Amino acid sequence: MTPPDQAVPSRVRIQTGAGATPAAVTGTTAAPAFQPELVFDARGVSISYGAKQALAGVDLGIRRGEITALIGPSGCGKTTFLRSLNRMNDSVPGFRIEGQILYHGHELYGGNVDRVEVRRRIGMVFQKPNPFPKSIYDNVAWAPRNLGLRRGLDERVEAALRGAALWEEVKDRLKDSALGLSGGQQQRLCIARAIAIEPDVLLLDEPASALDPIATGAIEALMHSLKGRFTIVIVTHNMQQAARVADRTAFFSLETGGAKPVGTLIEVGETNQIFAEPRDPRTRDYVTGRFG
Amino acid sequence: MSGATVPDPAAPLTPSGNLRRRQLVSRAAELAATAAAVIAVGALAIVVYTVVARGAKAIDLDFVFTGYPTGVGPMLLGTLVIALVATVMAMPVGVLIALYLTEYSGARGSGALRLTLDLLNGLPSIILGLFVFALLVDHKQQSGFAGAVALAIIELPLIARGSQEVLLLVPKGLREASDALGVARWRSVLTVVLPTALGGIVTATVLAVARAAGETAPLILASSVFDPKHFSVNPFESMPNVPVWIYKLSEEGNPEGFTEAWGMSLLLVSFILFASLGARALLARSKRKLSS
Repeated sequence: MTPPDQAVPSRVRIQTGAGATPAAVTGTTAAPAFQPELVFDARGVSISYGAKQALAGVDLGIRRGEITALIGPSGCGKTTFLRSLNRMNDSVPGFRIEGQILYHGHELYGGNVDRVEVRRRIGMVFQKPNPFPKSIYDNVAWAPRNLGLRRGLDERVEAALRGAALWEEVKDRLKDSALGLSGGQQQRLCIARAIAIEPDVLLLDEPASALDPIATGAIEALMHSLKGRFTIVIVTHNMQQAARVADRTAFFSLETGGAKPVGTLIEVGETNQIFAEPRDPRTRDYVTGRFG
Repeated sequence: MSGATVPDPAAPLTPSGNLRRRQLVSRAAELAATAAAVIAVGALAIVVYTVVARGAKAIDLDFVFTGYPTGVGPMLLGTLVIALVATVMAMPVGVLIALYLTEYSGARGSGALRLTLDLLNGLPSIILGLFVFALLVDHKQQSGFAGAVALAIIELPLIARGSQEVLLLVPKGLREASDALGVARWRSVLTVVLPTALGGIVTATVLAVARAAGETAPLILASSVFDPKHFSVNPFESMPNVPVWIYKLSEEGNPEGFTEAWGMSLLLVSFILFASLGARALLARSKRKLSS
């Protein structure tokens, strides 16, 4: 199940980080033996929608510059958790969160926190590619324009498209509609759109689930090249994908002990440990395909 | 082969039990429904045929471009100006109402507001005419502007509800995408949501104008004492207009006047038909664009 190149994830990280861009080196200098600084620190997080509790008692730290994968069966609350990291759940009717999520030590759900500012720093890419019905160029330029980053816009757009490994395919048709791109290209455009404003964190919600295997491969290669520049959290249904791209993996599942099943975090660790030597029997059952 | 019990599986596959009676009832219901549909289409066809047959011979260049008694140009121009002024007033408010309904209000507020709009839409136009008469004409003077205010009230719910329906078609993913980029909501509305829905909003407006252009009752009260010989574009005086002139000519009992009234009716009906058909084609196009 675990590909051989995942045996030493730290080495993979440094290689790809250095190969991608000079800026990528900075985030990954800390050796894995040390405790890298936590970007997110979730403490006792429980989330409910109205009367329905979706997630209970999650303690999870997300490390800077790494890729963290959230895996688990449908309905286990992994997407709910991801969307609470940039407060996308706020607009869901009945959403309630207990516990604490610290972002660089700041209370994410604190009283003086502005949602728009949160999302300025924590970008998100969704399951279904959702480019704006505008040109390819305007899709990427839209957020910088609206955030007052107008200087050097052309260079910024090019850098973002190069960063998303899309530049070579679209450089001659930047004025064409983004809706004419293939699904995989659209998703890479959405990633370009997200990194154009240089966020601190990228949240990816099953970014490849609507794509064919070739496009999926392109997205995974892209994630390797973005590692280090951004802290990445990815939700995926695809365990092989988690094994291929993630430094650390968190396994969520449904806790069926109570009256109603509630999603919770079962185990988190280095990706190769989660897949090769899971500590919790539920994790082992899931990663070996015996999940019932 | 008794009707109430399970039929013998080996019996021939001809109608058994009360199936023959049920088939007759079904046939009768189908015929009645078809007849009703034919009546609706027939009514429109007869009206259009009559208007064309009686009005076509009145129409020539002089009829459209000169004043009374050779033509009805001032009335056409007046109706155009009144409808334009009404739309300039109604469209921004209507679109803002639609935005409030789709982007900002909660479920409770939007229900009450939608009911209000539907009630407003159902108000008899003579009542709006009286209202405007009391507000802007009584003790003052008749004016095209007063008529335009009445027509604006008629257009308002049509524009608001029509725009709301199109705004609801704008995919949720686009709003999520712009939210996740850390851009303030009003900027998303202005630069993503509205442009995406523009085709449908224009359609709703054209349909509202088509409906308002033929409204007679408010104009009889607000703008009915005018000089049919001269072109006028000043909305703060009583303005010549088509519906009132049709009404006056029909009342006179003069055969030439009748022909002129039919001629103007033909112009009005053609405008409404072509505007509605064009608007629907536009709407279908923008819906296709939205759903792709």
